[in-house]
Amino acid sequence: MEQTQSVATRLWATAVWVVVGFFVLNLLAMIATVVVNSFATRWLGTWLPAGYTTRWYFSAWSEFQLYYVLIVTFQIVGAVVLLSGLLGVPAAYALARREFPGKRIVLLLFLLPILVPPMTYGIPLTTVLYQSPFGGTMWGVILANLVPTVPFVILVMVPFIEQIDPRIEQAARVFGAGTFRLFAHVLVPLLIPGILAALLLVLVRTIAMFELTFLTAGPTSQTLVVALYYSVFAAGVRAGQSIDAMAVIYMATTLIWLLIALRFVNPTQIVTRAKRQNA
Amino acid sequence: MSMASAEISPTVVDRVPLRIRLANRGLDGVTLLVVPAALCVVLLFVYPFLYGLFLSFNPREGSLFANYAKFFADAFLYETIAKTLWLALPVTLLNILISVPIAMRVRLIRRQKLLTTILILPITLGTVLVAEGLLNYLGPQGWLNRTLIFVSLIDSPIRLVHNYWGVFLSLVITGFPFTFLLTLSYITGIDPSLEQAAATLGANARQRFARLFLPLLASGLAITFCLSFVQAFSVFPSAVLLGAPAGSTRVISIAAYEAAFEQYDYSLASAIAMIMAAVQLVVVVVVLTGRGFLYRGATTGGKG
Repeated sequence: MEQTQSVATRLWATAVWVVVGFFVLNLLAMIATVVVNSFATRWLGTWLPAGYTTRWYFSAWSEFQLYYVLIVTFQIVGAVVLLSGLLGVPAAYALARREFPGKRIVLLLFLLPILVPPMTYGIPLTTVLYQSPFGGTMWGVILANLVPTVPFVILVMVPFIEQIDPRIEQAARVFGAGTFRLFAHVLVPLLIPGILAALLLVLVRTIAMFELTFLTAGPTSQTLVVALYYSVFAAGVRAGQSIDAMAVIYMATTLIWLLIALRFVNPTQIVTRAKRQNA
Repeated sequence: MSMASAEISPTVVDRVPLRIRLANRGLDGVTLLVVPAALCVVLLFVYPFLYGLFLSFNPREGSLFANYAKFFADAFLYETIAKTLWLALPVTLLNILISVPIAMRVRLIRRQKLLTTILILPITLGTVLVAEGLLNYLGPQGWLNRTLIFVSLIDSPIRLVHNYWGVFLSLVITGFPFTFLLTLSYITGIDPSLEQAAATLGANARQRFARLFLPLLASGLAITFCLSFVQAFSVFPSAVLLGAPAGSTRVISIAAYEAAFEQYDYSLASAIAMIMAAVQLVVVVVVLTGRGFLYRGATTGGKG
């Protein structure tokens, strides 16, 4: 196909790569700005800061009560990961293995929370949560975050379960395993790679989930990304470097998990479903 | 396993236990595993949405439609629709227009993982971090303006933050990777042998794109457009942090947020959220029906 490359084709290809390069360059420069500024003593009107220091990390740590915020973040994220796994994986199994009346409606039910953006359903959801005892508490935040993550686990897991040979389960049934033992001894070991991938993606998405946490969190249930928002929102109260130090801590917590996740999943899976698993 | 013959006579049906009959229709213990997750989505998504719809028709004061009347009478409120569309539509179009040629090129290379990993960064880091980064990077003393002055493209710094362009660029930074990765997955899903066949029959690159890829991609691109648009339309943190939240980037999310958390008028806030959902739905329906009109003729030749 590519043997007869004309000048126009080559120019076009070059133009495409220039656009990609320009985008990536700006993206990396934007991230680098945050990192450099967090180590800067003073950075006004020059290419690079006057000097470098790590003291902003200590001041950010105490000013923003980051120890407390990090604990809350990991409690919330941990609970969301665990609950969405417990709810999502069995549901995905049922959807992958059974044809039942109304299945299309159930699938639509799980598709909607992923298609509708959080800001749209977040406000009615917050209203409902504030009328329940969960409003403004950590549990309210966890419940709100389950809305996109449970369907996400289901959509990732269904194709993964479908590719497992159902005869393995039939054999287990023949030997007398009930549904619970089938899950514990046969399915979970087989599904571990898929579950791990789905839950790691949930983890990364929940750390970065701003809208739902922002709407539902009270003062004691803020996660890192919400605390970052408030500090940027009130910029001028604190030194910019201090905010950027917090941004770097946030980036580090997200990227560590992203790197771990990328060992198990294809990056495109964060956006699209796992339909090209075997490719 | 087939029990279809059990319905020959009513007496036979009576003898089959209910559990078995339900199991034959696909309802057994395994199917029930779907119930907890479905209940969770119904309670936390469907019920709040319906409750919000109900609440929006129960205003603090006035008649059934008082909230909607208030929204469409107050320019400060109804203008948010146009302002949000004015951000979301151009950004989505631009993202799609640059995604398609890039994805067409990237599908040919083997080592896609490095590029996709870099592109996944802004999605993973989220809009708040991108907003904070762009505040510095696009600012009057940021590296972008410095570089542009250094290469003499401009004389004095151009203003890119706290206005329309700040939000626009942040939506490109987070929206382009999303649009691109979706487009790439649709393009790589097209059987390469179709293109080889077209090339063998003498179609050049442009013809192959216009006659083969575009019709096959039409529905995928329409869905990509809808998903990207809906994301961009609900823009919130970057419109506050990078834009002019009282002026040109007072998007509809800001109006809903202010109604809920500054005026504590949950009824009005729900009404605005419902209007937000309605506008998104209208655009999605227009795009999905428009796709049928545009490409109906061309797709017929694809399967033979």
